[in-house]
Formats: sequence, C-alpha cells, structure tokens
Amino acid sequence: MSWTTGLETLDRRWLFLVMGLLVAGPLIFPAGLPLKVSPPVQAFNDAIEALPNGSTVLMSCDYDPSARPEMVPMNRTAFRQLLRKDCKVVVTVLWNAGPGLVEATLNDVAREFPNKRYGVDWVNLGYKAGDDAVMVLMGQGIKNAFPRDYRGNETNTLPLMMGVRDYSSFPLLVNISAGFPGTKEWVQQVNSRFHLPMVAGVTAVSAPEYYPYLQSGQLRGLLGGMAGAAEYEKARGEKGTATKGMDAQSLAHIFVAFCIVLGNIIQRVKKREPA
Amino acid sequence: MPRRPRCDAPGTGWAIALASAFLLAASAAAQTTHRDSIAATTMPTPRPASGLVALDVANDAGRGIQLDWKASPDDVPKSLVVTQYYVARAESPGGPWVVVDSVAAGTISKMDQGVARGAEYFYRIDAQGPGGLTLAGSVTGPVRATSQWVNQTRGSVLVGTILFFGFVLYYIASAQAGKKPFVRRIPGIDAIEEAIGRATEMGRSVLYVPGIQDISDIQTVASLVILESVAKLTARYETPITVPVTYPIPFTIAEEMVKAGYLHAGRPEAYDPDSVRFVSPEQFAYVAAVTGIMLRDRPAAHIFMGSFFAESLLLAETGFATGAIQVAGTANVHQLPFFVVACDYTLIGEELYAASAYLSGEPKLVGGLKGADLMKIIIIASVIVGCILETLNLHGFTKWMMTQ
Amino acid sequence: MKREVPLFITAVIGLFMILSFFVPHEWVSVPADFLQASAVILVGFGYVLGGANALRVNFDAIYKKKSGWPYKIVLVVSLLATVVIGLIEGKGFLNPTMRSKWIYDWVYSPMSSTMFALLAFFIASAAFRAFRIRTVEAGLLAVAALIVMLGRVPLGDLLSDWLFQAKWLPGVPHTLHLSTIQEWIMSVPQNTAKRAILIGAALGVMATGLRVILGIERSYLSGED
Repeated sequence: MSWTTGLETLDRRWLFLVMGLLVAGPLIFPAGLPLKVSPPVQAFNDAIEALPNGSTVLMSCDYDPSARPEMVPMNRTAFRQLLRKDCKVVVTVLWNAGPGLVEATLNDVAREFPNKRYGVDWVNLGYKAGDDAVMVLMGQGIKNAFPRDYRGNETNTLPLMMGVRDYSSFPLLVNISAGFPGTKEWVQQVNSRFHLPMVAGVTAVSAPEYYPYLQSGQLRGLLGGMAGAAEYEKARGEKGTATKGMDAQSLAHIFVAFCIVLGNIIQRVKKREPA
Repeated sequence: MPRRPRCDAPGTGWAIALASAFLLAASAAAQTTHRDSIAATTMPTPRPASGLVALDVANDAGRGIQLDWKASPDDVPKSLVVTQYYVARAESPGGPWVVVDSVAAGTISKMDQGVARGAEYFYRIDAQGPGGLTLAGSVTGPVRATSQWVNQTRGSVLVGTILFFGFVLYYIASAQAGKKPFVRRIPGIDAIEEAIGRATEMGRSVLYVPGIQDISDIQTVASLVILESVAKLTARYETPITVPVTYPIPFTIAEEMVKAGYLHAGRPEAYDPDSVRFVSPEQFAYVAAVTGIMLRDRPAAHIFMGSFFAESLLLAETGFATGAIQVAGTANVHQLPFFVVACDYTLIGEELYAASAYLSGEPKLVGGLKGADLMKIIIIASVIVGCILETLNLHGFTKWMMTQ
Repeated sequence: MKREVPLFITAVIGLFMILSFFVPHEWVSVPADFLQASAVILVGFGYVLGGANALRVNFDAIYKKKSGWPYKIVLVVSLLATVVIGLIEGKGFLNPTMRSKWIYDWVYSPMSSTMFALLAFFIASAAFRAFRIRTVEAGLLAVAALIVMLGRVPLGDLLSDWLFQAKWLPGVPHTLHLSTIQEWIMSVPQNTAKRAILIGAALGVMATGLRVILGIERSYLSGED
C-alpha cells in the first residue's frame, strides 16, 4: 500500500488525537504569542470608552455554557470596562440556559469592585422566553418586560431601574451573543427601529455574517470569537482566559491548514500514480 | 542643660499620641470642610440653558416630545459649574412643575416619553451645579404629543413592499392562468429523490432533520413543507422515514405532513406514528440524539433542511462517517460552508424557500418564485443607481432609502 | 371550517402586523404591541407543552419496551428530578448552594461544552477528507481559507513577519501582515458575497411569509387539501 493510500484511509481518530494534543499542550505549557488588536475590536473598545462616565448601559448576554470559552472572556472584559467607567449596567439574558453562567460571570467581576452594589450599579434582569418578541416588548418598557429581576426582586424597587424606562434610557447596547436570538435580531428589531447604538461580541463562526452591519455603522464594534476576545483583553491591558487560549487556537489553526494542504497533496500524487 | 519634661505614668505616651492624632485629624477635616465651603461659596451658580425647542416626535403613536436646547454658557468641559440639567414639565405655564428627568452636563437634547397622548405640556430646562440651581429664564409650550397615521420615513420600504407583493401576486395569477414560468434545475432538490431511491435499494431508512428552530422561523416552515414531498416519495418507495424534531409545535406539524405524504401517495395504512419523534429543544442534546440515530439505525440517506447552527458540522460529519448520501439546505449562511464540505448536495439560502415550489410544481408557488426574482433585479438596479448617485455626491436617494 | 378559520386568523393578523410597521397611530400600534406581548406568553406555554410531550412519548416507549427503553428511563428520571428540585428550591434555585446549581454546573454545563468542543475535531477530519481543490474557484477558496485561518491567530503574523522580512524576498513591504490581508478579505470580498446571500434569503423569507399569510402555502396546517 502506498503512503498516499495509507494516509487517505487513515482512521480519523489519529487526527482527533493530534488535534487534542495540540490544543492541550499550550494550555499546560503556554507560549505567550504576541497579539495585535484589529480595527473592529479597537472600535468595540473605543465605543464603550467614549461613553460618558456614569451612563446607564444595556448589556444583553445571549449565550449558554456551550459557548463559554468565547463568550465569557468578552463578557468579563466588557463588564469590567463598564464598571471602571462607573457605568450602571442593566443585563438581560435571552437564552434559557444562560442566566446561571451569566450571573456567575457578573458576580466574579463585581467582586473586584467592592464599592459597586447590586441594584444600584448593576442589575441582572435574567431570562425571559420569547426570543425577538422580548426585544420588541422591551421597547414598550423594560420594567414591563421584566417585572422581576433574576434574584426575584421587583424591578420597580431597584434604585438603578428608577431611571430606566425603555431603550431611550441607554446610550449603548453591548450584546454578547452566541447565535439565535442574538446580534442579528438586536440589529433588526432594536437598532433599526429604536436607533440604539450597539456593539457586539459573537462566535468566530458567525462573525463574518456581521461584517455588513459593521461596515454600515449599525454595529460600532465587533469581537469575533476567542481571537476577538483575546485582542479585546490586550486592548484593555488584561491577560484573561482568551489570551491564554490563543496559543492553543494558533496550533489548532495551523493543524487544520496542514490537513487541507496534505489532503490536496495526496490527491495530486494519487492522480499521477499509475493505476 | 535644661531638663526635658518626662511623663512618668505608663500609657501616657500612647494617650498623648492618640490625642495628637485626633487633633490632627479634626484639624484636617475642618480644613477640608472649610475648603469645600469655600469651593461651594466661590463656585458661581450656573447661567441658565436657553433656546429650548419642544416638538412632537414625528412618525410615532403620540408617545414622545423631543426637547432640544442650547447649553448654559457655563457648561464647558472640566469647568464643573454645571453638573446636570433637570427637565421640568407642567400642564400650565405657571406650574406646578415636575422634574421628569435629569441629564448630564453637555447633553442638549432629550426625548420625554412619559407624556399622555393629546395633553398639552410646558417645559423648562434648569441648570444644576455646585453653586446652586438656576431655573430656566423662559418656558416653552404648549406642545402636544400626537399620533400620526403614516410613518413618512418608511416610504421606501412601503414602495418596495407594494412592488414585491404586486409582482408575486401578478405572477401567481399569471401561472394559474396557464403561463407557468421556467424554473432552473436545482441539483440539490433533484438529489433528494436520488437519495431516497438509494435508501430503498439498500433496504435502509431515510433520516429527515427539519432544523433546530421553532415554527416561528420561516426556514422551519419551508422545511416542513418539503417534508410532505419527501414523505410522499418514501411512501411510494416503501422506505421508512425518521424525523427527529426539536420543538412541540413543529413536532405536531411534522406528524401531519408525514401523514399527508402517505395519504397523497395512496398508502395511508403504511404510515408509522413513531416515525416522527420529539427529541429536545436543547441544541446539543438534540445533536446527541440524532447522531445516535445515525450510528445505530444507519439510515442510507440524510436530508438536512432548515435552520441549523453549530451542530451542522457534527451532524454532517457523523453522517458522512456512516456512508450515507447527504442533502442539506439552509439559509443560515454561517453554516453553509460546513454543509458544502460534508454533504453531497447543498441548497444555498433562498433555494431552500424555492424548494417547496420546485417540488410541488404548483403554479401558485412557482409564480411566487418569479415575483421574488424580479424584485431581486429591482434591488440590484437600486444598488447600482445608488452607488452612481453617491459617487456624484447626490444623497437624496440614499436619504429616501434610509428608514426610521 | 377546520382550515378556513386558522387561515383567516393568519391572514388578518399577518396583514395587520405588516400594516403596523407603516402606521404608527395608536389604533394600530397599541393592538400590535399587545399581539407582540401575547407572542411572548405563547412561547412560554410552549415549554410546558414540550415537557408534557417529552414525557408522553418516552413513557409510551418505556411501556412498550421499544428499542433503547432503558435510556428513556434515564431521560424521564433526569427530567422529573430536575423539574422537581427546581420547583422545591423556588426562585433562588441557581444560588451557589442549591442542588439545581450543582446540576447546572456539573452536569448540564460540561456536557454542553463537550458537545460544542467536538467541532474542533470534526473540522480537522472534514478539512483533511473533503477540502479538495478540483477547480480554479476551489483553489481561490482554499487560498482565502488558509490566509484567514492563519491571519486570525498570533502565529500567522509571526509567520508573515518571518517570511516578509527575509532577505530573499526583496521589495515586499515588511508591514504586510497576514492579519491585514485577512481583515481585507473579511471586509471586502467576503462581505460582498454575504450581503448578496442575506438579501436573497430575506426575499425568500418575505415570499414564504407572504404565501403563508395569504393562505397560498397552507400545507403546514394539515396535510389534507
């Protein structure tokens, strides 16, 4: 059997093993490869930085544990940036399996700011079923759509929510989204109807879909996947889990590129081999 | 040499130190308060904002009044003479005044959305700073929030919608009158019958996955319509079909579609109620179940039609490993690359929506396709015209196309 | 009447919602807002229906001892246990010490993440097996894919730095990074194609929606004509 036939019929579990080792290795022995901040990520950072200190911002965290490696670093860094600017943050979650993870992430970051208090500086309104219908409902009144927050408090009684009416109460929407409902629905239902400026952090696979919105100005900034999260951490001068994961992602990408090239080499060689 | 005083009592030194510390702290606090008082008394009261214009928000249901004003002359960055503006509202020029909102210094507009439709209001903008509060020099009003019947900024969308509906209805009528338009071959749809035929030859079943979204997604509706045609084919060829579904409503509709397919094929008695299975709305639980079906039951043909997300590659790669022929169709463009790579045929974007018309061949449905195609030509022409006008610095067309 | 009434309701509400986009007056917008709110409530009831359906189908399979019935016992027990524990623990069910939180952190979360992580392995096998350059277009696609994949990660820039700063490539600007090229590919050619597909798909959605609203597409109601 020639080497080409051997490789062509290679059990794909060998590929899985190599991929597993290439991803696990750098996580155990990090190399610390240098990162560069791309323009959409810089724009995301700048859009939040341009907010007046103390603004009330809407943050919609639309993801669940499956997208944790990409979404949680973005969520952390953005929430931290908002709290540093003394912004008040109203958080919603439109994925039913997301609230637990989002609450844990927000609590982790809030612990770094002992002077920030729940209900005064940030509120987690939790999950509401309805997908994009909830987005439209929020346009009629945030407190109508969420009469209680994630912790069971009546939103009418929370100091932060006193000054919040509807989308006009916010200068910016920060959307961290892993799919549907997510960034596209926020652009279609909220940005285009209510003209609420927005920035988005999305999964790597869906990031190309949002470049038209970025170019048209409907999105003021975009983070794409773990790479985008790592660049955002660099722009903020932080070294979080996304930065640590970039070494592993680099090797994984190189390996996939190698698979594509090798597969085509095998095809070319086989074509030239005598039958 | 003079003798220095000495305290004999033990702890006296600590007491002196504590007392000194207390005195120092008190003195510092007094100085700070004194400085603050000096600051408060020396910071002037801000001059008032001016030029307040209050207008009914256009193109709404009478829910808002737009306020724009000129900032106080003392409202300059870093001066801190003005810290915020209060928006005060009353139903008569003399009051009583109610503060309805406050905005940070530097803001010169605000929409008041807490108004009652049709009621008359008066407004003033008061400037607040450390030196005190300055009421506005004048009051603006009366202004009334009213409903409008037509949103004038959506004219372009209205024209587009009327054109689109007109084209579709015209070609539907035209097709029903006998002028059925030509529809090009869509290889992916032709491949469905080929896939079912192959499953029949191999004596194995067909797996039909209608996407992972609920019935609110139009792709799911399109997929379920295609399911009826697929069920009709499987009934005709006497091939079992398995349809795992994520949500309850598509589940009941899928049952009806498969039943209808068997009925139209003239084999209602062959319908198996267990062929349609409710699995789970959870994305990866659903994937685990479907890949389990693939690996255990080994269907010979996999048809993925509908809305898919991250699970698309998991489904397609697992399906490939079983040696099945795979046909996929989705309008989720971010999943198309995975289906193109792992499946034998892929329907891209609107080909999924065209599939039901293509499969049924019904004039009404095929006529609708031609209407949509004509609309696409209009959009292409608009894009070209828009680009030319923008290049020539003529922005009217773009402004008309932008909606509120 | 079984088909006519739902078709009539669909047509009236569908056309009304389209009208509400163009007519902001309260006679139209207030009922439209009510319908939007009602949609949210309906979706909530859907979960109850879904749970009941899952129990019905699986109980039936267990009773009739269909293939895989032991796994269905695991499914039913897990479903009931999670729901009952959540109901007992009430509104704080995801607080740190709760059993529901334990289930979420140690069962649901890891399983969900693991399934998503499988994609990394499947992409490698799909890339090796299926990404074959047989035409010029496929070749262009492969080159673009390689540039974007390498440009998205730090290693790509290191590679291009090394490549373009080498003395044996005179004249090539050493500021040309893979990340810059990949950003251009994402912003220009990719964007163009994406926009075109989005517009086409949106027209498809409108056409299908119009067919449903006008009752031209009615097979989703029931299969009988």
